[in-house]
Amino acid sequence: MESSRLPRQAPEPRIGMLERVGLAGMDGWLAFSALGLLACSLFTLYEASGSSIVGAPEQYVQRQSLYGLVGIIGMIAVSRIDYSRFRELRVGIYTFLCASIFAVFAFGVAARGSTNSLELPFFTFQPAELGKLLLILALAGFVIDGARKGSEGQRTIRILCLGLVPTGLVLLQDLGTSLVFAAITFAIMVAAGIRWSHLATIGVVLTAFVAVVLVALPAAGMPVLKEYQQERLTSFLSPSSDIGDAGYQQNQAKVGIGAGGTTGRGDQATQSRFGFVPERHTDFIFAVVAERYGFVGAALVLSLFALLFWRALRLMTLSKNFYGTLVAAGIAAAIIFQVFVNVGMNLGIMPITGIPLPLVSYGGSAIISTLLMIGVLQSIHIESHATQRSQWID
Amino acid sequence: MRIEPVVPRPRKKRNLPSRRYAVIGGIGLVLLGILFFRLWSLQIVTGDKYLAEANQNRTREIRVPAPRGRILDREGNVLVDNRTSMALQLDPIEIPTEPAARRELFTRVGEVLGHDAEWVRRKYRDSIENDPPGSPITLDQDVDDEIVYYLQEHQADFPEVQINRIFVRKYPQGLLGAHILGSVGEVTAEDLEENPDKDLAAGDTLGQTGIEMTYDDELRGSPGLTRLQVDSTGRIISQLPSSLPEPGDSVRLSIDQGVQLAGESSLQSIGLPGAFVVMDVKTGEVLGLGSNPTFDPSIFTKPLTQQQVDDLYDEDLDAPLFDRAIGGQYAVGSIFKPVTALAGLDAGLITPSTVVNDAGTITIADQPFDNAGKTPHGPVDLRRSLEVSSDVYYYILGRDMNGTRQLQNWAGDFGFGRATGIDIPGESEGLIPTPKWVNEAHAEQPEFYDRWAIGQNVQFAIGQGYFQASPLQMAVAYSALGNGGTVLRPKLMLQTEDAAGRVVSESEPEVTGEVPMDPADRQVIMEGLHDAAQSPEGTSYKVFGGFPVKIAGKTGTSERTNEPDQSWYAALAPYDDPEIAVVVTVERGGFGADTAAPVTLQILQEYFGKQARAVSGGTGSVE
Repeated sequence: MESSRLPRQAPEPRIGMLERVGLAGMDGWLAFSALGLLACSLFTLYEASGSSIVGAPEQYVQRQSLYGLVGIIGMIAVSRIDYSRFRELRVGIYTFLCASIFAVFAFGVAARGSTNSLELPFFTFQPAELGKLLLILALAGFVIDGARKGSEGQRTIRILCLGLVPTGLVLLQDLGTSLVFAAITFAIMVAAGIRWSHLATIGVVLTAFVAVVLVALPAAGMPVLKEYQQERLTSFLSPSSDIGDAGYQQNQAKVGIGAGGTTGRGDQATQSRFGFVPERHTDFIFAVVAERYGFVGAALVLSLFALLFWRALRLMTLSKNFYGTLVAAGIAAAIIFQVFVNVGMNLGIMPITGIPLPLVSYGGSAIISTLLMIGVLQSIHIESHATQRSQWID
Repeated sequence: MRIEPVVPRPRKKRNLPSRRYAVIGGIGLVLLGILFFRLWSLQIVTGDKYLAEANQNRTREIRVPAPRGRILDREGNVLVDNRTSMALQLDPIEIPTEPAARRELFTRVGEVLGHDAEWVRRKYRDSIENDPPGSPITLDQDVDDEIVYYLQEHQADFPEVQINRIFVRKYPQGLLGAHILGSVGEVTAEDLEENPDKDLAAGDTLGQTGIEMTYDDELRGSPGLTRLQVDSTGRIISQLPSSLPEPGDSVRLSIDQGVQLAGESSLQSIGLPGAFVVMDVKTGEVLGLGSNPTFDPSIFTKPLTQQQVDDLYDEDLDAPLFDRAIGGQYAVGSIFKPVTALAGLDAGLITPSTVVNDAGTITIADQPFDNAGKTPHGPVDLRRSLEVSSDVYYYILGRDMNGTRQLQNWAGDFGFGRATGIDIPGESEGLIPTPKWVNEAHAEQPEFYDRWAIGQNVQFAIGQGYFQASPLQMAVAYSALGNGGTVLRPKLMLQTEDAAGRVVSESEPEVTGEVPMDPADRQVIMEGLHDAAQSPEGTSYKVFGGFPVKIAGKTGTSERTNEPDQSWYAALAPYDDPEIAVVVTVERGGFGADTAAPVTLQILQEYFGKQARAVSGGTGSVE
């Protein structure tokens, strides 16, 4: 696999395999980790749903493969665009982001307790999934844009507000996704060099806000969250034995993971096979992996995420411009945050928030959107390569 | 390991604090670290625990009840059998916790059964209060087929309802032997706690009284276990290795159905409370044991109504549940006299030829003691004292033995004052009055007990006063007299048999004491008892005079407070070599010869009639 790391003194670059097949300048490890995770997803869906879906056992694998294919094509396409173009389109992207979220309010259909999807021909689209990428691209653009305007405080507040508007809109539809939006905003602010004191202030205000929403207002008789939301958020603190309880389901996932042991139970994975583990194709797919393939399989998945995260982080330093750095930071944060919240939920240390496991959970919007993110990262890599090649080093 | 190139960073990146990347990277690393650690802890450290939990999760074990063993009479006639019954039960796990949803369920289920929600709620609450946690809640038994079919067709609408086939006791002989057989019931939380070593679980049945209780271990059998693999909704996916239920052993009783029926029906025809015991004098086997009034044992197969419970204990109905044969404590009257006579002979106070002039009354310590009706019997020796039942003869013995423990010791030797050890619960010990005991009782309850005086020993000599014994104890004592002095433990169980009829265990005669009686003395007493039953001047001649088998028998008439006398009869037959002892009592039945003796006759007719039939091929008759 081609590596971009080796210092090249010679102006004539070595022709790598990727270049030969028209994928010049791509980060091989990044592609490997992303495609590896997708393969894990397909493999797990294939093995786990074989016996459980009556009528159409292959439905999940087939559809996920299709989503993956579309996503990979999208990824390659995006990687060939200079990502810096997105900076110029930031206002349009931002407007589209907000509009698509608004569209859900107007035309949205309900799925699993929350209304967060648009019914398109052939496809139920979740704008908030793509919104993660759109927010990163637009917000990073606004940061660069405003870098020289106003005082540092004004800058902080402007970025914060630009991040919080879509976050707030999504919060009304889907708590989990809005947390990802918030994480993206936070990561871009950190990478943008916002003063620590400002970040600390925001942190304090946010903590107070959460405390008010979760504790004070319900106590005062004004619940902000719906009852099922509140229950999901707090149930992991008190695993319940009551079937139908959110805590019970999460506990079953935990039992399944624990039962997987070192090498997994394979087809004896009764927790996931017989429906004790809820949402086993989507939110709790990690539990299925962990029960079927044990620590070995689950650690492989986590390692692929670690690889992915490292390659994204690395692009922060390689990027040809600051915009690329910010975008890479946003994407890295978005992915690692989702991994932590989702796997943490599977492992019983985070509340149930309905965040999918990137590239592994079944679901078209998430798979395609995440692959597009990888495409943007590849673009950053390709551009850095080109720039560096045109310069004298690396 | 790749080496980071040591090169100057491009100028444009210098204004970005590189530690910001480190912060994001660090946070990400920490988050991944947490996940790895947690994963390792769950799977590698505590994986076994969760594996066990997962395995328990997906298997559901259903106990398949084993049919209880049958209870047979000595000839193999079935006294207690099983039948299956469709029981409508609620699965406690499925019952909603929310009051509104639960009320709705009760209403829905009630409608099917033709009851209101309140009825269902009461059943539910009773079960929750009394049964071990997790027991199925039985709403109704013997559910109509129509309801069963309806529920099976609409299974989806009633996920909480189960129709289970359960075993229920069946009594082919009706009321026969009700007091002996006893009843079974669902185990209570208490039962589970008290019997940790038995393989009991919620929903099992357990013998509660009678033979069902004593031989519960033999009768119960062991339940099968159907292990099913289920999914999270409880849907059955497959069957795992299971075990079949093992039916309980049958218990064959020493009861002779014919003798039992003769005793019960003749007692019943008198219509007064009473009891009878028929015992093999050589082995202790009980051939018949009954108490009147009786009850229908099958009422215990369903939950009792309060009215039924009240009736079973109602004193005005003479407490049908009470087993008078083993639990009744009575003064026994003259049937006690052989004991007094043997004690007197042993003490040297009399010889068989000692003659006492019976004037019909005697004054002891300024107190007159009378024969029944003050009838004078003239000069009587021992044999005649039994034949005509002279009380004066025994008053004198009681008087002369006062101050010694002679009479008390002999009563004790015959097994009075202690439980006989029969293999059903509910026995009373009776009472041998001693000066010490009476004086203590007087100190505690002076309004009920007088201080000991000579008169009490005089009363004791004819089975009166504070002396108390159960019909069973009398039967044990007469068996000892009949077999020459061996006190045997009465037994109802003959043997246990497995489902194929093979004998599993057999009961052996058990000796619990010896009465040191002189064979010559015994012979005189037996002669006296024979005269009493079958010589023209005997007290029960009019009953037994025409009976073809020679017997020895004694009437008894004991006084009851504010009530007519209690009638007693004790018999040993055949006279020459006694096989059985029969003791019958009828409360408020008057003279022994009036009610108890005819019942005894019926029993003996059945016993010897059957023998005769057996000898002559079933055509012979005693009459």
